Amino acid sequence: MISGLITDTLSRTLGAATPLLLGTLGEIYAERSGVLNLGVEGMMAAGAVAGFGTAMSTGSPWAGLAAAAAAGAALALIHAFLSVTLKANQIVSGIALTMLGLGLSGVWGKPFVGAPLSARFSPVAVPLLSDLPVLGEALFRRDPVFYLALALAGGLAFVLHRTRWGMVLRTVGENPQAADSAGISVSGTRYACVTLGGALAGLAGGYLSLVYVPSWIEGMTAGRGWIIIGLTIFAGWEPWKAVLGALLFGGIDVTQYLFQDAVSPNFLKALPYAATLLVLMASARRSAGSAAAPAALAAPYRPGER
Amino acid sequence: MIEFAPRPEPSAADRALVTLGALCSGLALAALAFLLMGAHPGRAMAAVFSGSFMSAYGLGETATKAIPLILSGIGLSLAFRGRLWNIGAEGQLLAGATAATGLALALQDSLPAPLAVPLLFAAGAAGGAALAALAGWLKTRFRVNEVVSTLMLNYICAELVQHLVYGPWKGPSQSGFPYTDNFAAPLVLPVLGATRIHWPTLVLALASAAAAWVLVHRTRFGFELRAMGGNPDAAACAGMNASRTTLLVMAASGGLAGLAGVGEVAGIHRHLTYPWAVSSGYGYAAIIVAWVAGLDPLLAVPAGLFLGGIMVGGDAIQISMGLPAAAISLFNGLLLLCLMAGEFFLRYRPRRRARTSDLSPVPGGAGKPEGKTA
Repeated sequence: MISGLITDTLSRTLGAATPLLLGTLGEIYAERSGVLNLGVEGMMAAGAVAGFGTAMSTGSPWAGLAAAAAAGAALALIHAFLSVTLKANQIVSGIALTMLGLGLSGVWGKPFVGAPLSARFSPVAVPLLSDLPVLGEALFRRDPVFYLALALAGGLAFVLHRTRWGMVLRTVGENPQAADSAGISVSGTRYACVTLGGALAGLAGGYLSLVYVPSWIEGMTAGRGWIIIGLTIFAGWEPWKAVLGALLFGGIDVTQYLFQDAVSPNFLKALPYAATLLVLMASARRSAGSAAAPAALAAPYRPGER
Repeated sequence: MIEFAPRPEPSAADRALVTLGALCSGLALAALAFLLMGAHPGRAMAAVFSGSFMSAYGLGETATKAIPLILSGIGLSLAFRGRLWNIGAEGQLLAGATAATGLALALQDSLPAPLAVPLLFAAGAAGGAALAALAGWLKTRFRVNEVVSTLMLNYICAELVQHLVYGPWKGPSQSGFPYTDNFAAPLVLPVLGATRIHWPTLVLALASAAAAWVLVHRTRFGFELRAMGGNPDAAACAGMNASRTTLLVMAASGGLAGLAGVGEVAGIHRHLTYPWAVSSGYGYAAIIVAWVAGLDPLLAVPAGLFLGGIMVGGDAIQISMGLPAAAISLFNGLLLLCLMAGEFFLRYRPRRRARTSDLSPVPGGAGKPEGKTA
């Protein structure tokens, strides 16, 4: 009984954490290169509907996942064009993309509302470990996207800190002038990072409609894109800390199921948003030290200016 | 070959031309989107604008929807001028509506209208101002990014309103619907003729536009605000208190959205109800209003009418052409994207490429604030 509850809670936590992790990893890369992408919510929504629609028509959840990433990346390219090439205000551009993504998803998704997903991922059982009592079922018999997200967290942390390209993109975000004079293409790097970030936001949306829910409902992203912006700050722009943040918020999401009989459902629904505020207040205390925002974040690069 | 050279502060005529061009491009893209949705683009566009501007009824509806857009748009213009990215007009509007409803339920018909209505507006302004000032305080005290905090507060407010109308404030007289009881007669705002234009709020919106213009252009506070938006470091060096200015501007910005909330509950619904019915996205559309207006409080009035028309037209095409409600969000997103792209042509002008490409900065720089948030 108790072990069943633990398995169930842990399983739901990991499910809720996966899209948050994917989205946060993407935003970390965009922001590390110096571009603030506030379009995550819209990119997730577009990814959710593109993923669902493609999985329905092709019968393959993998094709759906690829379409989700492509939809997010396509929207992110618009953001890159506006903020890198046209040097537009990144905050307002991101908000415009959120409107566009939510609008597009509502329009495209209309025929899918309420349809059950026919093509689902089958769980992947890790040999031996999945037979462990209590934890085995929750940790090691999951959808493949969960493992993909974890692998991405490790891989992106490695690329960011241990490869030349990681150093290049960090320099572009901290000191674009220095990067430019070292012969690095600031625009090219930013385009790449923003597009990668959009693809991951799209994957996060695809996870919602293909695995977590799984169906398409308008507004199903429910502010997760904005929580991801908060988690990026909470994680101090570090991929491995994004795993911790996503687990924390996955857990908060699940409290909604645990306490649903005791507290007003609206307070439980407000909990992740309130927790985001609290976590950001707590982050401010330590961000004076190492975990400060990339120095050139949200500042368009204009060669020749200071 | 064409290249783009930075240009000095653009003239008002350049600004108008670029804004008009951006809006036209946005409409063209929206027409393309209609085509892709399987609707006849010409007919859909005609339905949008004939529904909102071509009939007396449509104009009345447009003006009605413009009221909250103008009020919130003025507030956002103030905040954006100081580089305070308040994305929380939606929640601040709900906070104003909630505060006014709380007062209305307590007052019932104990006061005559000339006393009660100003009190309602004061309560609403206080509610919206308090919520926005909370985000301002989080920014000055804990360096919490205001984009994230104001958005989180939007979601929290929407849940709070739902909790109230489904729970403690649910009206016994509303036969089970999640509405509060209706406002007593003296608290209901009068309307113009057969329209839904609640004129006291409209008068407040127009007066606020004028007052905000004076504040920005003719007072020391407005100077500090513009200084903070233009060059925060210089403003700090000149001894300006950025924390104080931040709190005051956020409060003013939220207070104006709060007034809009009072208009919606006391002028339109006559009770508090679902958050998406009270606001229907005015707080987000107001971001576009502020941008179309070039962050000028007076221009927020025509900009609010334009966006109000698009919202009315959006309702019209939903009914007549069977397009989903999200089409209007798509439309808004396209408009805002084109406005953002248009900014480029205010800061850079195309010219024939010279032999040496020299993109040197221009003194004075960009017309509008941009860049760092943290």
